[in-house]
Amino acid sequence: MQETVKKLTPEPEYKIIGTRPQRPDGVDKVTGRARFGADHNLPGQLTGLVLRSPHPHANIRSIDVSAAMALPGVKAIVTRDDFKDQGSEFVPAGEMLINYRDVVRNVMARERALYEGHAVAAVAALSPSIAKAALKLIKVDYEILPHVLDVDEAMAPGAPILHPGMITAGMDPAPKRESNVAKRVEFALGDVAKGFAAADVIVERHFETKSVHQGYIEPHACLATVAEDGQADIWVSTQGHWIVRAHCARLLGMDISKIRVTATEIGGGFGGKTVVYLEPLALALSRKAGKPVKMTMSRDEVFRATGPTSGAKMRIKIGATKDGRIVACDGELKYLAGAFQGSPVAPGCMCAFAPYDVDHVKIVGYDVVSNRPKVAAYRAPGGPISGYAVESVIDELASKLKLDPIAFRLKNAARQGTKAAYGPKFGPVGLVESLQAAQSHDHWKAPLKVNQGRGIAAGFWFNIGGETTVSIALNEDGTLVLMAGTPDIGGLRASLCMMAAEELGIGMDAIRVTIADTQSLGYNFLTGGSRSTFSSGMGVVEASRSIVKQVCERAAKLWELPTDAIEYVDGSVRPAGANAGKHPPMTLKQVAAMAGKTGGPIVGSSSINAHGAAPSFGVHLCDVEVDPETGRTTIIRYTVIQDAGRAIHPAYVEGQYQGGAVQGIGWALNEEYVYGTDGKLQNAGFLDYRIPVASDLPMIDTVIVEVPNPAHPYGVRGIGETPIVPPMGAIANAITHATGLRFQSLPMSPPKVLAAIDAARAVGDVNFKLKVA
Amino acid sequence: MAKHHVSFTINGDPTEILCETHATLLDVLRDELELTGTKEGCSTGDCGACSVTVDGRLVCSCLMLGVEANGKAIGTVEGLAKGDKLHVLQEKFLEHHALQCGICTPGFLVASKALLEKNPDPTETEVRYWLAGNLCRCTGYDKIVRAVMDAATVMRGA
Ligand code: FES
Ligand code: FES
Repeated sequence: MQETVKKLTPEPEYKIIGTRPQRPDGVDKVTGRARFGADHNLPGQLTGLVLRSPHPHANIRSIDVSAAMALPGVKAIVTRDDFKDQGSEFVPAGEMLINYRDVVRNVMARERALYEGHAVAAVAALSPSIAKAALKLIKVDYEILPHVLDVDEAMAPGAPILHPGMITAGMDPAPKRESNVAKRVEFALGDVAKGFAAADVIVERHFETKSVHQGYIEPHACLATVAEDGQADIWVSTQGHWIVRAHCARLLGMDISKIRVTATEIGGGFGGKTVVYLEPLALALSRKAGKPVKMTMSRDEVFRATGPTSGAKMRIKIGATKDGRIVACDGELKYLAGAFQGSPVAPGCMCAFAPYDVDHVKIVGYDVVSNRPKVAAYRAPGGPISGYAVESVIDELASKLKLDPIAFRLKNAARQGTKAAYGPKFGPVGLVESLQAAQSHDHWKAPLKVNQGRGIAAGFWFNIGGETTVSIALNEDGTLVLMAGTPDIGGLRASLCMMAAEELGIGMDAIRVTIADTQSLGYNFLTGGSRSTFSSGMGVVEASRSIVKQVCERAAKLWELPTDAIEYVDGSVRPAGANAGKHPPMTLKQVAAMAGKTGGPIVGSSSINAHGAAPSFGVHLCDVEVDPETGRTTIIRYTVIQDAGRAIHPAYVEGQYQGGAVQGIGWALNEEYVYGTDGKLQNAGFLDYRIPVASDLPMIDTVIVEVPNPAHPYGVRGIGETPIVPPMGAIANAITHATGLRFQSLPMSPPKVLAAIDAARAVGDVNFKLKVA
Repeated sequence: MAKHHVSFTINGDPTEILCETHATLLDVLRDELELTGTKEGCSTGDCGACSVTVDGRLVCSCLMLGVEANGKAIGTVEGLAKGDKLHVLQEKFLEHHALQCGICTPGFLVASKALLEKNPDPTETEVRYWLAGNLCRCTGYDKIVRAVMDAATVMRGA
């Protein structure tokens, strides 16, 4: 086991930051007491179910619900007619943008069903069995249209058009003909032609990745109730309950203040719970039926109707000089958006070459619609796809130049002052430090056995800040209530509690952390973009400091001293400087007890737009063994090295590193959406969509590098997303070094690897090096 | 359709319910008895979130009918702690930070308990294979495996 924290700057003296206390919500989560999305019920609630299109592409001529409505026990049915059409307007959702014109069409098909599983109607009934029977009685008249799934086919002239009249944005001049290409983006720096002219070696390769799902274990679930006066409540498993509120208010034409959203405990999201699916339907059904409506998706529905991330086709070209300096990078990325525009191709472009300091860069991306479910954010959306391709080419270049892959990367690594192709100059970043940590790690030097190979890859993610409100109230007994508004997916309460305890100089036990509902706290953007510890943490620090200030003011008043003659140390106030010793110190508890007499309740709050989020770079090392007879790849050893800025709770930082790496292992080796020629998904369940299980894996070693983010009071960077960027590249490179063969398409599943092995044997490929025992 | 009268014990407590023929044990636990600690991740036997024990055997409660529980002893996550004393596995999951979102945790705890009752001294590989039917998408399993191994050590010593 290797779990190390590398402190690169002299550490301030913290009492709590950097320790590993138990999480405040831990007991609830090991006893079954914690209530997740599907664990909330109301008396008299109805069951809501969704009718979904069996066709990947069809005009909806008519929907007849009369027979279903006549079934005893059916209380309400909603279709497209229950939702007002929306104009085109983009709003941010995590790091992605969504358009209300599309959101209203994705939650309920309007003119067309655009993918198999697209919602067409929803029913609320007294029981699940009545609701199911009602779905069968709804008559939908479909006119089946030809469908398209593949990105190249969707872009080809004559392809079936999903959105008549869609003209590619971002082209000058604008194309005259409609197409499935929603948007073209381009990022450039310098002059790539000039750059390549100076190159001694150029590698250009094509890559393909498949759609993969976030695979959170908890299916989407919500409970909604609308009262006769229009006041509504929703309990929902979401990454952002203020976002749910905004979307529902818009889609249902309700005032924002009428909708209270409570974020239940959330059983994983990874970006996939930043959008709405069931919530507007449940509200609309409840409004019609006058009763609470509970809706939960089956696993099948989760796969067919909620956002996977894009599959893609890419071309990457990189040139370097003999001495190992990268002189030019050029790329073209085509990402599948699903049925509506909004693939993460822009962040994919921006991330692609971000780890490297290169003068001449050009990258072009296309956002392409097809008859698949609309993609949603998935951990570092877009980054892992382009990162896989770029890190594969970097590895091949290093081999061609006969350079050590870490030394090659170090020579070209982005560092403070490097201008990224997407615009900004980096502040202090930890890529060089992470590469050095990889170089000196014993994993890098450990011997390999026959049929084994080692790979390395780097990765990058931006991270975001955003709108945040936090409030801390000092209770009359000196304990505190901390309210934050970013749902706690993986230990957030612990890190917020730690920051408050550190600031206030008290034990964590004295602070109870609550994720407040939308009615109890000011606005909060969602948990996404690796922002929650960063942004809510900033808010916690500001609110804590406000408490300290107020406590000092109260003591000053009591002691009749100026406020600046008071100091706050370790949970107590005392006179300072010339007045030191004049009065005995007063604890937080004593000040709290007298709050009424000294001016009333003491509440610290913070409402900010958190700026200064800093990127996090990571480096992964991976050893694989490839079985020459089955093509199966086994991960033998894996090490994640990443800059965390500062780890508030190192165990949860390690957990993010390990979990992200394992999602990446699944993406690299097994996971993919498999479609038939009929346009239907063939593996909508965990049996056939196989995510990694415990027996597939070794322990995942971690090294936390700490290059503090100067914009955060404790140096925090977002860390949750970067860990999924490097794995596919690291594993592809490891498989190459084990087999002598290059794989340019994911997943590198046993049949694909075996086919390559057989082909290499058949032609007597000299590079091929697997040995049969 | 007529409901069936079914009686069994849950975590030692005698329980009687009226059960529809098609209702799974998972439905009975969550919807009838409001024991929502047992989770539903797939309802097809692939994720292990619904793990319970039936007469001591580890079972996916989504794959068993409620009527089949008649006369059986059912164990769920709610039965692990005794009063305010957590089970060693629960303590170790907290100590090793073996959960992030926590949706898989009840299933892992029930499955791990069943393992340690059968095999008090498992190797890392045995733990990994026993728990291969429980999916966790957050942790990469590392800290879960450590927690189970550590709990085994403590339980053997006790
Ligand atoms: S819900 Fe039973 S195995 Fe997934
Ligand atoms: S902790 Fe989230 S699925 Fe295991």
